[in-house]
Amino acid sequence: MPTPERGATLEVSIWRGGAEGAMRTYQVPARENQTVLDIVTYIQRELDPSLAYRFACRVGMCGSCAMTVNGRARWTCRTHASRVVGPDGKLELRPLANLPVIRDLATDMAPFFDKWAKAGGRFQPKDAKDGAVPEEFAVVPPTSKQRREADAGIECIGCGVCYASCDVVAWNPDYLGPAALNRAWTLVNDVRDGARAERMEAVAGDAGCHSCHSTQSCTERCPKQLDPSASIAGLKRKLFWDTLLGRRG
Amino acid sequence: MSAARGQVHLWIVQRVTAMLLAVAVTVHLVTILLAVRGGLSAAELLGRLQGNAAWLCFYAVFALAAGLHGAIGLRNIAGESLGWRGRGFDLAWLGIGLLTALFGIRAAWGLYAA
Ligand code: SF4
Ligand code: SF4
Ligand code: FES
Repeated sequence: MPTPERGATLEVSIWRGGAEGAMRTYQVPARENQTVLDIVTYIQRELDPSLAYRFACRVGMCGSCAMTVNGRARWTCRTHASRVVGPDGKLELRPLANLPVIRDLATDMAPFFDKWAKAGGRFQPKDAKDGAVPEEFAVVPPTSKQRREADAGIECIGCGVCYASCDVVAWNPDYLGPAALNRAWTLVNDVRDGARAERMEAVAGDAGCHSCHSTQSCTERCPKQLDPSASIAGLKRKLFWDTLLGRRG
Repeated sequence: MSAARGQVHLWIVQRVTAMLLAVAVTVHLVTILLAVRGGLSAAELLGRLQGNAAWLCFYAVFALAAGLHGAIGLRNIAGESLGWRGRGFDLAWLGIGLLTALFGIRAAWGLYAA
């Protein structure tokens, strides 16, 4: 969108309601510098205080502000309006797909995080039982292959953009999804972790990595430029060889 | 065996048969191209295949790979689009795959033993 003229307005339609509901349209002043989250905040503060939405950090760290922006899942605090508003000045906001809607733009993220836990997403220190802090610092060479694999996926902020963009999540409600599997792969490559065998079992099969079609919507849309699709391919490769060579116990 | 283990095995069979099919389909196409050059006749077919154990093995492996690969692929599609999931369906698909393979193998055997 070109720089808005003075007094120009945006026509913003927003989902109102829970599973049942309807779109409602608001007129919002166009500013030269505004994010999608700024627009939602303007509506909630100035036009309709009953609008429900979620955010915290506003700087792309907490992962709580994701919504469906013009049909595509995005983090809204780092999405400049000029990048998504068309020449017609229209913007359409809906809650994230593939998750139950609580109200308006706020989804229930519980299924997303439950699957994270199911995929063995918790770090289990090898040399300290029950998750206690180990006595010594582990030395993990930054150039080692496993360290590089783990580093590649570690910056996930749990925003759910990938999860909302994945067709397999929509088709198979049990599918753990890209974020949980990406997390599992970082831990499988974490040499300090002691729960690798259980984790590999947790991510195997139709609910796990084997349902992924490698279509890479997750990778394409992840705002942190992570590559969950590659992590999932890593899990498949490892399970392929572990199974063929009888290493799965 | 846990359900997830069986699913991983199906996935592995799917991948391995895909690799076999890549080779088998190439051999198959090249054979067709060469075979039709002299005009395709029953006598020529039999001349090549009758009593030839190597061709019999090739077509048996080809048919097995094609049958299993196709059935597992359909299983995945049915699971995702129709919600046909579970051990019963898996066994049924496996049966369909083996049955399809059997038809192919029977045809190859027929030519071998003709
Ligand atoms: S690559 Fe796999 S996890 Fe990612 S969007 Fe596609 S099916 Fe989903
Ligand atoms: S992998 Fe990317 S898109 Fe998915 S939850 Fe993490 S940061 Fe968000
Ligand atoms: S508000 Fe924290 S990532 Fe957008």
